Amino acid sequence: MNSVTTFVTALGRYDFLQSALITAIMVGIMSGMIGSFIILRGMSMMGDAISHAVLPGVAVAYMLGINVMIGASIFGILAAGLIGLVASRSKIKTDTSIGVVFSAFYALGFILISLAESSTNLHHILFGNILAVSDTDMMTTTVVLGLVILFVVFFYKELLITSFDPTFAQTYGFRVQILHYALMLVLTLVTVSALQTVGIILVVAMLITPAATAFLWTDRLAVMLGLAATLGAISSVVGLYFSYTFNWASGPAIVLVAAGLFGISFVVSPKQALLPTLFKGKARLRRATA
Amino acid sequence: MLEVQNLTVAYSDTPVFTDVAVNFNAGKITGIIGPNGAGKSTLIKAMLGLIKTQTGTVTFNGHTLKQFQKQIAYVEQRKDLDLTFPINVFDVVLTGTYGRLGLFRQPSKADRKRCLEALKQVDLAEFADRQIGQLSGGQLQRVFVARAILQKADLIILDEPFVGIDLQSETAIMAILHGWRDAGKTIIVVHHDLNKVSRYFDDLVILNHGIVDYGPVADVYTPTNIERTFSADLSAVLFAQGGAQA
Ligand SMILES: Nc1ncnc2c1ncn2[C@@H]1O[C@H](COP(=O)(O)OP(=O)(O)OP(=O)(O)O)[C@@H](O)[C@H]1O
Ligand SMILES: [Mg+2]
Repeated sequence: MNSVTTFVTALGRYDFLQSALITAIMVGIMSGMIGSFIILRGMSMMGDAISHAVLPGVAVAYMLGINVMIGASIFGILAAGLIGLVASRSKIKTDTSIGVVFSAFYALGFILISLAESSTNLHHILFGNILAVSDTDMMTTTVVLGLVILFVVFFYKELLITSFDPTFAQTYGFRVQILHYALMLVLTLVTVSALQTVGIILVVAMLITPAATAFLWTDRLAVMLGLAATLGAISSVVGLYFSYTFNWASGPAIVLVAAGLFGISFVVSPKQALLPTLFKGKARLRRATA
Repeated sequence: MLEVQNLTVAYSDTPVFTDVAVNFNAGKITGIIGPNGAGKSTLIKAMLGLIKTQTGTVTFNGHTLKQFQKQIAYVEQRKDLDLTFPINVFDVVLTGTYGRLGLFRQPSKADRKRCLEALKQVDLAEFADRQIGQLSGGQLQRVFVARAILQKADLIILDEPFVGIDLQSETAIMAILHGWRDAGKTIIVVHHDLNKVSRYFDDLVILNHGIVDYGPVADVYTPTNIERTFSADLSAVLFAQGGAQA
């Protein structure tokens, strides 16, 4: 527990650690929320793809000195559009189309980065470097979090029905595709925010793992969103604590905490899992004999 | 009245049907029958703008699809739904209000009350809090009928609503359809149980890669038409003494 005190004291003393913690919490919240929709739509692959496909956008933004968010958004949406185009204009399945497009974007990103910047930066992009978060980064992350919350609150109905029953939404004239691309855009913004905390390689973990854990605990979408956001935030705080205390890389530390929470839930949660199945089996037997 | 004019749909080079023209009357329950693969579901999806059409116009009381889209309730044949989705029966039925609400508006208290009433009508009130995957096939089908009730639609289209559903539920759903008919709505039901054609429907459309015949059941449901569309054997069985009157 001594190390917790040390961590808290350090938080009070070092601004960089405060910024890191606040940013990590915000990223945890937004990726939990958007990640919930990603997994419910069966788009985990897409989340992975977009997170890799923004790399050339990051590189171009460095080269031109523009905001990383803008560069990344352009390439994120471009990738989502290309994936959709290839899948709908040919007999190729979506996951194959994702594989082709995202690996090409990723490769292009590597080459552009190596042209533009030194290798330390590439390392930060791939694995995250939360302790180097700048004030501008924190501001940008705050804006993205605000956007994510507004998006989910204002389009909750539409996100729900297009995730659960898109054909139904289509019959009453809702433009399912437009919302899909809006979600892809928001996903891209979340991805770029998460680059700072966990890096490109682990972004998908922040999107998927807390949401998957929340899914194990509830049958209500609204509850799942809140729970995923909370779990994302908890993973960030605890991960950062481990990172600071044991000198682990911050990204992997956060992701491992999230995975740990998933593991625990997998065993004890009511929906999925191992222990409750035993009890449920007994209860069912009792009901059957009653 | 729903009017369809020279409608052509092709998934590949050979069209499923060409230049289909057919009318569906208000205040009537119209059945659509035809063999598997005849194009029944395709006709419905084309009318609703869910699939691309080559040619054709569809109007409802003179309005184009875009104008009457919010007055349609459609229950699909087979739903590839994610049955693990975190949503309960009540909330699924409540999505029936979404089309009318449009963006940024939430279901009201009155909507929720109507939702519960719709669940009662299909005898599912006690399942309101149940996660959607924890229902039998027939119960799930009734959930979608309840949602259709909530849509307050003028045009109701059900594609094989009675598949895998017990006779009691079937009767309950038919009673709801009769209520809608008496309220002057246009009701279209794709159906495969030919035994019940004359009992269930006012009008009938026989489809087999094109319209074989359509009109009042008494005129259309004839041995000749059934023989032409299905087989002489089937016709003989159905129209054996007393068979057709069943
Ligand atoms: N998505 C699709 N792509 C290509 N062909 C299709 C598609 N859907 C249907 N078809 C073909 O179009 C024809 C009509 O199919 P449809 O589903 O409309 O038949 P149906 O009359 O509803 O049959 P059933 O009684 O089995 O429901 C069939 O030959 C079918 O193989
Ligand atoms: Mg069909």
